Amino acid sequence: MNEEYRALMHRSEVAVSVELQTQDMTLNIGPQHPSTHGVLRLVAQVDGERISSVEPVIGYMHRGYEKLAEVRTYAQMTALVNRIDWVSGFASEVPFIVAVEKLMGIEPPERAQWIRLILTELFRISSHMVFTSSYPLELGATTPLFHVLRERERVLELIEGMTGGRFHPNFNRVGGIKPAAGGGKTQKKVSMDIPEGWLEATRAAMERVLLSTEQSDTLVTGNELFKARTVGVGVIPGNKAIEYGLSGPNLRASGVPFDLRKHEFHLPYDQVDFNVISAPGGDCYDRYWVRLQEIRESVKIVLQAIDKIPEGPLRAKAPRVLKVPKGQIYVRGENPKGEFGYYLISEGGQKPYRLKIRSTSFSNLSILPWVLKGALVPDLVAVMGSLDFVLGDVDR
Amino acid sequence: MITGWFWADVIVKVILALAAMIGMALVAIYAELKVMSHMQHRIGPYYAGGRWGWAQPFADALKFIQKEDLVPEGADSTVFRAAPYIVVAATFATFVVIPFSPSLVARDLDLGVFYLLAVSSLTTLGVLMAGWSSANKYSLMGGLRAAGQLIAYELPLALAVVAVVVQAGTMSLVGIVEAQAAPITIGGLSISLPFLLTGQIVSFVIFMVASVAELSRIPFDMPIAESELTMGYLTEYSSLRFTMFFLGEYAAMISMSAIAATLFLGGYWIPFVSETALLYFGPFILIAKISLLVFFILWIRATWPRLREDQLQDMAWRWLIPIALLNVLVIAFFKVVVF
Repeated sequence: MNEEYRALMHRSEVAVSVELQTQDMTLNIGPQHPSTHGVLRLVAQVDGERISSVEPVIGYMHRGYEKLAEVRTYAQMTALVNRIDWVSGFASEVPFIVAVEKLMGIEPPERAQWIRLILTELFRISSHMVFTSSYPLELGATTPLFHVLRERERVLELIEGMTGGRFHPNFNRVGGIKPAAGGGKTQKKVSMDIPEGWLEATRAAMERVLLSTEQSDTLVTGNELFKARTVGVGVIPGNKAIEYGLSGPNLRASGVPFDLRKHEFHLPYDQVDFNVISAPGGDCYDRYWVRLQEIRESVKIVLQAIDKIPEGPLRAKAPRVLKVPKGQIYVRGENPKGEFGYYLISEGGQKPYRLKIRSTSFSNLSILPWVLKGALVPDLVAVMGSLDFVLGDVDR
Repeated sequence: MITGWFWADVIVKVILALAAMIGMALVAIYAELKVMSHMQHRIGPYYAGGRWGWAQPFADALKFIQKEDLVPEGADSTVFRAAPYIVVAATFATFVVIPFSPSLVARDLDLGVFYLLAVSSLTTLGVLMAGWSSANKYSLMGGLRAAGQLIAYELPLALAVVAVVVQAGTMSLVGIVEAQAAPITIGGLSISLPFLLTGQIVSFVIFMVASVAELSRIPFDMPIAESELTMGYLTEYSSLRFTMFFLGEYAAMISMSAIAATLFLGGYWIPFVSETALLYFGPFILIAKISLLVFFILWIRATWPRLREDQLQDMAWRWLIPIALLNVLVIAFFKVVVF
């Protein structure tokens, strides 16, 4: 066998192997796509239906909240922070206001704290109901959306009755909550408290919410096709979830029963009795299941809070012009989607020097490239939906 | 001999059939809007047309037609334009052999069933053409999914029909209906029953599953899969072409239900009704049976999520095809040995 022949053979082999090579297709999903929850863009390399790699591109909704905070007073900021994660507005207001209160050394009165707790849980219910309604939709089941959202409307009505806003309550004030009989002249206006009959209405609405979770159980949870699409899909083991900084239901569905409401709370969560729901599987089904159960736990919390809410003022004495003393603090809370924190640096004065927002969805989203490697395109939708992120919360 | 009257006859028949097909498709669209609304605690269309929104499908169709007729720049424009016509034509062609009454059938072919299977799978060709020519990756994936689905589901569908053909002993659809009308004698009692009740229940289930897959409806609507592929092979279509796909889809639903009704539920025939009455009421009886099956398909859509393409293939190859084969075997055994 001479050299020339061998070279020729080699070349032909190369030619054959080149011919057999296929190139992955770049599939650009989003920013305008029905199931990217807004303007997330995913650049996926797909081999047929199988995803070989996926890269999330974010920033299409960047509104610059951290920078905005530096040119706004503390009172103005509450209107902004509940727009970060608009599905759970109030829950992201609380840690910010707590951070300010702690720096200023103000302790809000009991009643205000309980109202904050009730509203936080109502927003948790509302947020999880958005998930339990829209997640089956992403898998192609249209009906749960209507049944669940109908009951969510009752929760939104409650929130509206209390705060005046359905999505953006802007209800927290430093030292308490909005309908405050503050000092001075306003003391005479005693009209503002919880609306009359609100607590009873809440009790009735919670019944409806429980009913809707039961409907979800019969229509979705036990559905064979739903299970076929979600069980064992997008499995995130506990250690990976911790590595990527997942929190909230996504972390608990991976078998890590970590809930800030038990560990680090600023509202009277120690006085109510509730369970931390966790599931061992770490797949899409578990993430769905954990959220569904958390609705029930939140209902439990709200019902207990209604019984325990004390009488009293709604707002502690706070100066009209808020000047936060020099200092820095990190306050985090259990948002419906996970850990939501604010790192607040004050140099004194009416505006924050720097506000770092640790938004939940950003961290929860970061696991997408890892978990989607080798998945199928339909699984991409299933996994993305199960992580339950809000784009405003990702981009801030 | 072909005379002028022959062509006049053909043209009148075609126009009537086309009107009937479009009319039934519009009714199916309206039914879907209303049935799903009520299953989802909604009212659904209410204002268009004045009463219960009966004109909503017309309003929708008119709106679609008004839209700009887009052909994407990179598209293979001939194929892109041709695809919707193939889908509609193939669906339309299935109506040729469906008997609406003993005399009301466009053409009673001896190979009616064979013709049906051949023609109804042509719609997938149109879908594949649409997916391929759109120059859109979502469309391409949708088209390929449709093709994969066709290969997986044509076989159980055909096998289910084979079982019926074996029992009826004919491939003509009129013949199949008459075979169901023919009385069978069980222990001195003479009774005539549709095939569904005389041993074809497995074939019926397989046929329905396979036809839902062929229609690309939930839970097998992966070729469209709006949450994954935006709109699948329909992504780039607009205006009249989209309307044609849309109508074609619902017309196909009607035609598939008509086939199922004819093969398994006795078509235009029901027990205890005389032959002459069937001549007049046959179409209504068939339409009632079609409505029942269409309602069933809509009900499935309102209840279930979508499966994944690989799960569908798995189901087809691992379960439906072996069961269908076994079913044919059992039916043939009973036909040859017992009766």
